[in-house]
Amino acid sequence: MRMRPFTHLKPRTLQEAISLLEQYNGKAKIIAGGTELVNLMKEKLISPEYLIDITYVPGLDKIGCDATGGLKIGALCPLSDIESSSLLKDKYDALARAVQTIGSVQVRNLGTIGGNLCHASPSADSAPILIGLEARAWIFGSAGEREVELKNFFTGPGQTVLKPEEILVRLEVPTPPPRFAAIYLKQSPRRAMDLAVVGVAVVLSFAPDHSLADVRIVLGAVAPTPIRAVQAEALLRGKKPASGLISEAARVAAEEARPISDVRSSKEYRKDMVDVLTARALQQTLAQA
Amino acid sequence: MKKEMITLKVNGESYEALVKPNSTLLDLLRDYLRITGPKRGCDAGDCGSCTVLMDGRPVNACLVLALKAQGRDITTVEGLAPGTMKLHPLQEAFVEHGAIQCGFCTPGMLITAKALLERNSQPTEREIRAGIAGNLCRCTGYEKIVEAIKAAAEKT
Repeated sequence: MRMRPFTHLKPRTLQEAISLLEQYNGKAKIIAGGTELVNLMKEKLISPEYLIDITYVPGLDKIGCDATGGLKIGALCPLSDIESSSLLKDKYDALARAVQTIGSVQVRNLGTIGGNLCHASPSADSAPILIGLEARAWIFGSAGEREVELKNFFTGPGQTVLKPEEILVRLEVPTPPPRFAAIYLKQSPRRAMDLAVVGVAVVLSFAPDHSLADVRIVLGAVAPTPIRAVQAEALLRGKKPASGLISEAARVAAEEARPISDVRSSKEYRKDMVDVLTARALQQTLAQA
Repeated sequence: MKKEMITLKVNGESYEALVKPNSTLLDLLRDYLRITGPKRGCDAGDCGSCTVLMDGRPVNACLVLALKAQGRDITTVEGLAPGTMKLHPLQEAFVEHGAIQCGFCTPGMLITAKALLERNSQPTEREIRAGIAGNLCRCTGYEKIVEAIKAAAEKT
């Protein structure tokens, strides 16, 4: 399992990285933690002649708060830093818990949030909760920076809106409203070191009378990209959910899912589990209120 | 494909190595430096038998490009014992509790356990099992490994 030969490039600035991407167009891949890429190269599924290692560009790996209390997360932030950051413990704990479901301790010490998102597996565990929290992706290219809502970042399995000479540099997560609750639930055959066969993120915000001012239900692993269960959300918005409404919303979310059958799970089981996990996520977030 | 010279520390000693870009830290440790504690199990980041500490954090050496180890501080199982006649408390606990059968997972397990106890000095059984989830063992069924880690935590 030997990787094919390549040249390892170490740009020191984003501009340099972009120039290299342009120069070696089609023959280069970006590497950060390498937890996906090194394996793909060992299996010779991809064999880029040039690896553009962006971990030598300073300042892309930090977590910070902005003036309004929202979160800024550098794309090169290791997953383990997100898992354990004290900045997430208060309002963004659901994100930390979601990231904790990825791989193992060892994988999370190398793997980055940017890598998880740019690899764009339909089952990426960081995506549903970030979409539910209305995260925005900041992308750097030859024309400077641009912003994309994370819900529009994914275009298909393994595909994003990134152009060949663009790099994801940071995520911005706005401050949640004062009364809100969030959760990510993952169903997988193994308790660790496994992909999600179904992922469900629920983010609720409450009006003063405890009705649902807003609802976001984001499903992972059951469509070519993470998707919002918009019909299920519409059922709940503005209401004070009782158990009958929760069951109905969960059932509708399962109908909105478009899973496939593969080695890990059948599409029938995935549909069933969307129903189960959505109901469970709704119950648990409503109990947090 | 040009080789590159890198320098790194392993278990407190400095080394220079000429590495090919398409090699990993595991290749560097085992094949070049002959430090064979870390094992090549799956070579794909799944089994954890290659786990080493890189700047204090457990990582799969088979996933780290050798070039990326430039300037880093690596600890392998060979670096655990405080002296030639003494064992690390985790090593002692593993021996006392029967947590070693074939021994193949043991170097990686010890490194992961050491990092776990440094992060969390009194882990619950659940936290231990979650902490070693990236280290597979085909012999023991994990019971004695978990007991040994708990015992070592209580001793220190």
